[in-house]
Amino acid sequence: MIIQMSQGLGKTCAIFFLTLIFSLPLGIIIALLRMSKNKIVSKITQFIVSVLRGTPLMLQLLAVTYGPYYIFGVSVSRNKLIPVVVAFAINYAAYFSEIYRGGIESISIGQHEAATILGYSKFQTFVRIILPQVIRRILPSITNEIVTLVKDTSIAFTVSYQEMFTIGKQIANSQTSFTPFLVAGVFYYIFNAIVGFVMGRVEKSMSYYQQ
Amino acid sequence: MNVLTINNIKKSFGDNEVLKDISLAVNKGEVVSIIGPSGGGKSTLLRCATLLETVDDGIISYMGDDVTYIDAKGKLCYKKDLNKFRKVFGLVFQNFNLFPHYSVLKNITDAPIKVLKRDKNEVVSEAMALLKKMGLEGKENLYPCELSGGMQQRVSIVRALAMKPEILFFDEPTSALDPELTGEVLKVIKQLADEKMTMVIVTHEMAFAKAVSDRVIFMDGGVIVEQGKPEDLFENTMNERTKQFLQNYNK
Repeated sequence: MIIQMSQGLGKTCAIFFLTLIFSLPLGIIIALLRMSKNKIVSKITQFIVSVLRGTPLMLQLLAVTYGPYYIFGVSVSRNKLIPVVVAFAINYAAYFSEIYRGGIESISIGQHEAATILGYSKFQTFVRIILPQVIRRILPSITNEIVTLVKDTSIAFTVSYQEMFTIGKQIANSQTSFTPFLVAGVFYYIFNAIVGFVMGRVEKSMSYYQQ
Repeated sequence: MNVLTINNIKKSFGDNEVLKDISLAVNKGEVVSIIGPSGGGKSTLLRCATLLETVDDGIISYMGDDVTYIDAKGKLCYKKDLNKFRKVFGLVFQNFNLFPHYSVLKNITDAPIKVLKRDKNEVVSEAMALLKKMGLEGKENLYPCELSGGMQQRVSIVRALAMKPEILFFDEPTSALDPELTGEVLKVIKQLADEKMTMVIVTHEMAFAKAVSDRVIFMDGGVIVEQGKPEDLFENTMNERTKQFLQNYNK
């Protein structure tokens, strides 16, 4: 049982890492659109983010997986990893975007002005001066979301993606046993212990200066 | 040639007219201090000159080159390539605005390397020489948070100098410092004045302004009330408003 479930762990990790790889940068883009001086862009982005945060991830996952079939008649792809990652990445990007926005707005205007006077372009100012300080500040909130993501990967069972929890649930059904759920709980806990350790190290490595 | 020429600039924030028709020219090598009560428009003038604020009307030019122009509809516009002008001047802020995540050395060298695309080794050796000159030898690997306010302000002066500006602006450079630390910063500015660095200094340090300036400008209510040689303005002013301001200061 543990062997079967740990095979699903690979797919759990795939959801986890792919979601982070796509959602972390996407969140920055959404945050910048949200902060756009163009009112229309900003309002539309705000609305999209509110929908993504205001509806269940499970519903969004179902919409991304089966929506194309109902709307365009496209057959549901057999590889469920793609819709799972798309749904997760977009949903998490929405949450990350608000964290980024808070971080970006917390940086003093003086930092922007100093960079402007020195001739940095807008892009250089953001990438070299603002973003590193933002990341340092928002890291604890990001860690929080990442911990939630580890547990949210289990939502992929709704579209029968064979990740660890889905396999555990199948075993539990066939053996009428609760043990697979306990095993799953231990797996998630260990996963998050590792996340906590790694993020703690990252935070420490960035705390070489005072804010 | 004038490094900076400002002609008839006006600036309002909403209904509040902060600058009412200000004109000012700064020659190469000249040190100009701007004094006056808070809210008199000193800082706004500096922020307009350094292009952090846009003026509503008037002309600003650096080295004879206009920053603004009037378009076909008669509207005042700023030229597209403002970075060309930003290379001409530097600004030292009241709150230093050093980059907290960069070491002292990187604060100084990053812009010359990344913006001016200059050779790294050359920039670093120049930065080290400037640090030494400013009494900051051995501090290059520290972070701003590890320095006193006076040191931070001196680093920010070095950061501005590393861009080799033609003119350096100071916006109340000692206002955020403990009285004990203002001396070391003023000393450094005095040193630059002796080297004929062109400077415009907004300050509340009257004794300093008197000692260091070639010309002092007294601003109040969005206009230049009076300007002249420091000894004339500080000791022999005929202007009632200037007298009143200086008296309040000497109390």
